[in-house]
Amino acid sequence: MTHEPIIETEGLSKVFTVKKVPIAAVSDLTFTAARGELVAFLGPNGAGKSTSLRMLTTLIPPTSGTARVVGHDIGRDPAGVRAHIGYVGQLTSGSFAQRVRDELLSQGRFYGMSRPDSIRRADELIESLDLGGFATRTVQQLSGGQKRRLDIALGLMHAPPLLFLDEPSTGLDPQSRANLWDHILELRRQHGTTVFLTTHYLEEADRYAERVMVMDKGRIIADDDAANLKATLAGDVLTFGFADLELATRAREVLHRLTRTEIAQDGDSLALSAQDGDRLLPVIVRELDAAGIPVRSATGVPPTLDDVFLALTGRTLREAGEGAVPDAEPAPSTTTEPLTSQKTGAL
Amino acid sequence: MTIDSPVRPNLARDSWNVLTREMKPVLRDPFSLIFSLLQPLVFLGLFAPLLIGGSGEPAGETLRWFVPGILVMLVLFGTGATGSNLQYEMSTGSHERTLVAPLARSSLLIGRALKEVAPIVIQALLIVIIALPFGFAIDPAGLLIGLVLLAVFGVGLGSLSYTLALAAKDREWLFWGVQQTLIFPLMILSGMLLPLDQGPEWMRVVASVNPVNWIVQAERALLSGDLANMTVVWGWLSGLAVAVVGLTVGMRAMRRSN
Repeated sequence: MTHEPIIETEGLSKVFTVKKVPIAAVSDLTFTAARGELVAFLGPNGAGKSTSLRMLTTLIPPTSGTARVVGHDIGRDPAGVRAHIGYVGQLTSGSFAQRVRDELLSQGRFYGMSRPDSIRRADELIESLDLGGFATRTVQQLSGGQKRRLDIALGLMHAPPLLFLDEPSTGLDPQSRANLWDHILELRRQHGTTVFLTTHYLEEADRYAERVMVMDKGRIIADDDAANLKATLAGDVLTFGFADLELATRAREVLHRLTRTEIAQDGDSLALSAQDGDRLLPVIVRELDAAGIPVRSATGVPPTLDDVFLALTGRTLREAGEGAVPDAEPAPSTTTEPLTSQKTGAL
Repeated sequence: MTIDSPVRPNLARDSWNVLTREMKPVLRDPFSLIFSLLQPLVFLGLFAPLLIGGSGEPAGETLRWFVPGILVMLVLFGTGATGSNLQYEMSTGSHERTLVAPLARSSLLIGRALKEVAPIVIQALLIVIIALPFGFAIDPAGLLIGLVLLAVFGVGLGSLSYTLALAAKDREWLFWGVQQTLIFPLMILSGMLLPLDQGPEWMRVVASVNPVNWIVQAERALLSGDLANMTVVWGWLSGLAVAVVGLTVGMRAMRRSN
């Protein structure tokens, strides 16, 4: 049992029918997650992240495909799945008229915990999630960050081995967000909980997730840790400035010889994308000096997951989320993003 | 230190847990209870004198006819509003959370409806005490059976209200529009506040297929201690039918709502 993956899906798909037109929200989702992993689904709004989560938590049945979650089949034994997972949805989990502590105790009873166990666990979570100051207040009296901490506490009440979080930090200010993450990481460290979350915050997936599954249009288009994704899909962007156009053109020859990659020229500046850019940068500067071409400026920018998404889809996450770009047509290269766009072809 | 709780849905336990959760805000804030106790007093105090004056019968006789109708009306409006509370919970993630919990689906319907029935038990006891000095001694056994019948009917009606809320989703106006359109004809055509005896033939025909009418008549028999009356059987059949239909429709709506 312990060596079995905590999540195992096979061809999980969901087709919604909107105004008699079938729309594939999730297509052929197949992956496994091991116990103790911290996995993030990253993708723009409408990519199918929440729909995937709703299938895995038995809120909606899949159109086709199967999944086992904590050893129980989502179709044949949804009750078995529900008993073993925690779920924190996008919206406030607590009922507005209920008091914080009351909701925790009710949640414990819902999960078959005895009254003393519920009380002990509720007090433990009130302590560890800093809910003590308003445990007897009603949910509607709480601030956004406080409500979210209660949501997490409710999800953890029965100490599930697997916790699903659907966009846990959306709508929170940066400080509350950081605070929330401290709590999630601490609880995970203490209890070894497997955490599975969706996010459209790049830096969040980048900073906290050990494994990032990039989702777009209902499919997983990449699955690796953030560092690997960035290294293989979007190298560091190096830019060099020169005194004039002629120097830049001469430098372009040298750069091409050194890196064997496409060099983009914009007037008197050059840009290229390369792995290990931090080590390459001083080498290039020295070589250009040796060739008698003075470098006026040099910068190296490490890639972001947005670059990864751009490299994979030809769109930035924001564009994809706004649906600003027609599906068939990748975004045309702009002057600021020529290199990453070109890399798309190299994949 | 994972507590691997192999909890399985259990209808009775889950309904009880849903009911006690729903009751918490009510008990924490007893003002709402006090107002709900005032409601039957207003009806008794303002409506009963008119009826007593109009009928020319002794006050006890009129109350014997009127009080059971008041109890049914409280259930009708109380459980009929179940869906409104649910709509509020659906607009947040609170309802969704209960759907992910290992609860029997029907316990969500039953527990919520019983929460609306619970205050009616207290209201009923208050009415019993008030009716006494006017010469209407309510039969205790009949009252008990009558309250259970109201709970069964309330679960069915509450489930239908819940279904309506699921169908209306976030359109609160739609819920109330449909609810009011249905609830007033149901009430008037049950003869609970005004007798239908002098009404036109068609009204009495419609009333004969209105389950609320049978429940009102059963409650009248029960509270008067006439437990063996045939209308009690019809009342129970109506109440059970509403419960079965309500739960069936409600469960189906819940499965489809996601």
